[in-house]
Order: sequence, then structure tokens, then C-alpha cells
Amino acid sequence: MYATVKGGEQAIDNAHRWLADQRRGDRGVAELDLAQIRQQMGRAVDRVMSEGSLADPELAAVALKQAQGDINEAVFLLRAYRNTLPRLGRTEPLDTGAMRLDRRITPVFKDTPGGQMLGPTFDYSHRLLDFSLAGNDDPPPAAEAEPAADGAVTPITEQLVREGLTEPDLADDTQPVADITREPLRLPAGRDARLQALARGDEGFLLGLAYSTQRGHGGHKVYAGEVRQGEVTVSFVPEELGFPVEIGRMTVSECHVLTPEQADSDRGPGLARGYGLAFGRSERKAMTMALVDRALQARERGERIQAPAQDEEYVLGHLDSVHAAGFLEHLKLPHYVDFQAELATLRALQQRNDRDDDGGDQP
Amino acid sequence: MSAASPGAGPLPGYNFAYLDEQTRRMIRRALLKAVAIPGHQVPFAAREMPLPYGWGTGGLQITAALLGRDDVLKVIDQGADDATNATSIRRFFARTAGVATTERTDAASIIQTRHRIPETPLRPDQVLVYQVPDPEPLRGVETREAEARRMHAAADYGLARVALYEQIAHYGRVRQAYNHPVIVNRRYLASPSPIPRFDNPKLDHSPALQLFGAGRERRVYAIPPHTPVHSLDFDDVPFTVDADDTACSLCGATDTYLDEIVLDDHGTRRYLCSDTDFCRRNRDGGPDHE
Repeated sequence: MYATVKGGEQAIDNAHRWLADQRRGDRGVAELDLAQIRQQMGRAVDRVMSEGSLADPELAAVALKQAQGDINEAVFLLRAYRNTLPRLGRTEPLDTGAMRLDRRITPVFKDTPGGQMLGPTFDYSHRLLDFSLAGNDDPPPAAEAEPAADGAVTPITEQLVREGLTEPDLADDTQPVADITREPLRLPAGRDARLQALARGDEGFLLGLAYSTQRGHGGHKVYAGEVRQGEVTVSFVPEELGFPVEIGRMTVSECHVLTPEQADSDRGPGLARGYGLAFGRSERKAMTMALVDRALQARERGERIQAPAQDEEYVLGHLDSVHAAGFLEHLKLPHYVDFQAELATLRALQQRNDRDDDGGDQP
Repeated sequence: MSAASPGAGPLPGYNFAYLDEQTRRMIRRALLKAVAIPGHQVPFAAREMPLPYGWGTGGLQITAALLGRDDVLKVIDQGADDATNATSIRRFFARTAGVATTERTDAASIIQTRHRIPETPLRPDQVLVYQVPDPEPLRGVETREAEARRMHAAADYGLARVALYEQIAHYGRVRQAYNHPVIVNRRYLASPSPIPRFDNPKLDHSPALQLFGAGRERRVYAIPPHTPVHSLDFDDVPFTVDADDTACSLCGATDTYLDEIVLDDHGTRRYLCSDTDFCRRNRDGGPDHE
């Protein structure tokens, strides 16, 4: 009976024990350990870290295990935990130009300094199910190259900046940056807050929006100027020292997109830019973010806002999977009081309609 | 599917050229209709292909529908045979159909292309298959499909002309750098796919059959051999191609489409033919040199 959901502690406990039992499944099958999830389900871990705004693969693996692979639920778990952590300070801006590259492509030029480096990618793989994965055969080891000469590979966008074809990166990175996890997001938002929201936003939702711009809904012809993946150094300036100290390294995916200026823009001929960055090997997310970042610049560029992807209130209001899933799933909570009121009103209205229909018989 | 079935290909468990015979026939029927109504977009029931949408699934399905065991396939992307996606597609058909492949334009019977038309003139016994991201030339002025269909039916292309006019009014010239729309056989407005304007003149009266496939948007269309193709323009502002006498730094050609190669962080540039096969044969003693 549904009524038992209404309160019983026993019911809640039993439901959750059943869930935990399902998570474990057949005890005769070996349990997943966190290292397996981190290493063999790495792209899921990366997505949970990105949308959960916490660069911790171990915790993301716990969240995925606990959520039985439900990405949305795992993001929620990680976010909830993240909020309990003290804020010690801010790291220095990441220098992605100095990234130790696993992968780097510049689709807008056939060749560039630093070259094209395919790296570990699903691109160009034929999507034929590999039935050998049903077994436990180890793949042959990856081919190894000589380590690249140390030295930064300059993003191709910087050349376009020098030529005056596009705008420079923000020159001043000493200004305080918004933090939408500590302060309410105010609209219209600055680009810093917007990019944070996009970084945390649901990949599926943003992918659909980005795709809509490609199909002409408020869109621009868009070029992926550069896509790169690799390890960056994270530095922090402890107050007592006053100089930056390297505190760790992490893998990130970064994307710069370029769009030729729009006829209705108030700027001259040139290329506008969009930017995306995500933890781990989350390339699709970084690209998606860059396209939507570009679309959302419509307001400051004086472009006509005519599609959802350009509408900041719409995009920033709906991109968060934890918000969206929570509110959608709250429909499972009892709503019988308001529904009862609805029914009473509807019945009264129907009776009135019936009376009006019979009105011809009245004197 | 058993290995003895008529469609069996060289890849165990898969048909010749991946698609089953019924699907190949369905696509060929759509192509016949497309050839009969030049420039008209014919809907077809595009299948999931083992390459992602946007990477050439439309062209891939046309090629899969056309391929016979004696065909010789060439695949280019941005004009180059050695581009990663071209290599991947070429390998796909070598794997699933076992057909011969080539990098020579003059040796191929089917050429699948993305964003370029080869510099080497095509022959009547060749088919050029274009990968098309957006087959609808009216999308920029009308996002609703049903309305765009009505406009095509009525040859109501006023809005497309206005869009072109606005470019000229705003920039003093046509802004469209590639994908410049064309009128096929004096009737249908069509997208040449994102080829540079440089290539538009090659569409006109080509002796080869030109087929266009858009997988994600589920359309095919065609320009049959020797069909007049007119790039959209105005009497007083005729269609022109940006002339440039920069020479290819490898073969010295001045009449080809060139790629800009960035050599260093100081912005040093070098220019090379985008058509890698043409460039190589030009260096070897002329494109007709054996």
C-alpha cells in the first residue's frame, strides 16, 4: 500500500537495505574496487568530477560505486560532500599553455608549431563492438614515443590574437573571480560566473544546446580552434610563504572555439571566441561548454538574441543536473493535498459548465 | 548473418560494405530519385553507422550503397588523402568491402570527399560523393523544415537572395567564404556542402556524377553529369572567386586551393596545395604523368 511510504522508518530502512543489496548484487561475483572504477571507468569518474566540481578521482569513484553507475546521482553525492570541505584559498590560474600534452589538435590549420597529436581518443575508431572484451584478454601495450622536448606548446589562438584576428585572453588575472558555490548567481552574470556554471552544468543538456546552435538556432559557424588534453601543474601561494608552491598535478581537457563575427554584432570583422575546460578526459564536455559560452556572449556583443542557447536566464537557470533532477524527481513526493484542491475546483467548474449547457431550459 | 549469404563481406559477421542489401537498395532508390530531380533533397532512412554523425555518415552510406567489388575508392578530407578521417573511412571500406583503394584521382571510380572538389578534372566514369553536414541551403533564413520544403516547392528563394544582398550591403561584398548556395539545373537551390567558393565553378557541367549525402539530416541529393549549376548572385554583382597568385611552396602551382601552414610561434607561414594527390603528381612531372 502506498500509505506505508508516508512515514514508516522501517520502510525507509528496508528500501535502502534493498538498494544496497542490489548495488552489491550476486555475492559470488567479485566486488568492484575503487581502483578498478578509477582506472577502467575513468571517463565516468572524470565526468562526475567535472560536474561535481571536485577534482578527486578517489571520491568520484566512491560516488559512482555508491550510485551504481548513475552519473547524475554520483554528481549529487560528490557535490553534497564538497560543501562540507573548508575553503583554504584559491590556487594560481592554471597555465594550460604549459600542459604536458597527451593530445592536442588544431583543426583550423593543417599543421602548426607543436603539431597535431591524436593521443588516446575514440575519434576515428570504428564503432564495432569488440566482442573480445567479454573475455579478459589484455590489450597489447601502447606504442611509446620519445618524450616530447620539454617546452610549452603555444595555443594557436595566440597567433590569431597577434595578427589581430581575434581578441586576447583576459589580460588581467589578478581580479577576484566569482564563486557561484559561495555566492548566489546574479543575472546577468559575468563571464567568470557563467563559465563556472557551464563547467558544473549537465553535459547532456549543454550538448543539446550546443548542437542547436550548430543547426542554426541562434548559432554561428563554429570552428574548433584547438582541443588539448594533458596534465597541468596546480600551484598555490600559502599566505605565510608569499610565493607559489606546486601542490599537485591533474589532467584537464581544454577547448577554444572560434566563430566569425556575426553581421548583427557591434564589433568589426574578426573571430569571436568561446572557451571550455573540464577535469580529466572530458573533451566533449569542454567543447560543449565552449560552444555555449560563445552563444551566451550574444548580449555583450550586441547580437540579436533569438534562440534558447543565447538566453542566459534560460541556460544558466536550467543547466544544473542536481537542481533539475531534484525538482523533477520531487514529483514523486506526495502531492495529494494540492491535488485534492485541484479536483474539488475542477469538479465545481464542470458542474457549472453543465448548468450553463442546460441554461436554455431556464425561463 | 552466415558467411555464405549473398551480402557477406570480408569482415566476418558483417555484410559486404557494412550495410545489408535491402538498405543498399533503399539508398540507391533514393539516389535515383535525386538524380531525376537535380538539386532536390530526397529524404532517406539513414542508418546508424559505426562512425559518429557529422563525420561523414551520409557520404559513407552513399558509398556503401554504390560500391561493387571492382570499384576503386579514393577518400579525401580537406583535399588530403592522408587526413585522419579520410584514412579512417578508407580503412573502413577496405575492411568491410575489401575493395581496392587509391590516392590517385584519375585511378578512382568513386571518390568520397569532405569540403573539397579535386583539382584534377573528373571523367564521366567517376562518381564524386560529398559528405554533407547541412543539406538545407535555406536553414540560415528559415529554421523550420516544413516551411523550407514549401519554399523549395514554390522555388520561393527570395529570402536566400535577401540574405546574400544583406551581406553585400553590410560588408560591401559577399561574406560567404564557403558553402555558397547554388541553383541546380535552373530550378532547385542547393548547398554545395562546405566547399570553398573557389570550388563552386567545378560543380557546373561536371562530366562526373555528383552525389550528396547528409546522414544526420537524412537527405540525399544529386547533380547529374553535365548539369548547369549557377552560384547564387546578382546581375550587377556576379559570383566571383577570390583571386590570389600565391604559389604552392612544394609544386609551385598558382591555380590551386592552398592550405596555410603555421611554422612557428612568430607567425611564419607556408602555403601548400590542399589537394595532396594533385600536388604530388604535379611535382612528379605534371598531373597526367604516370
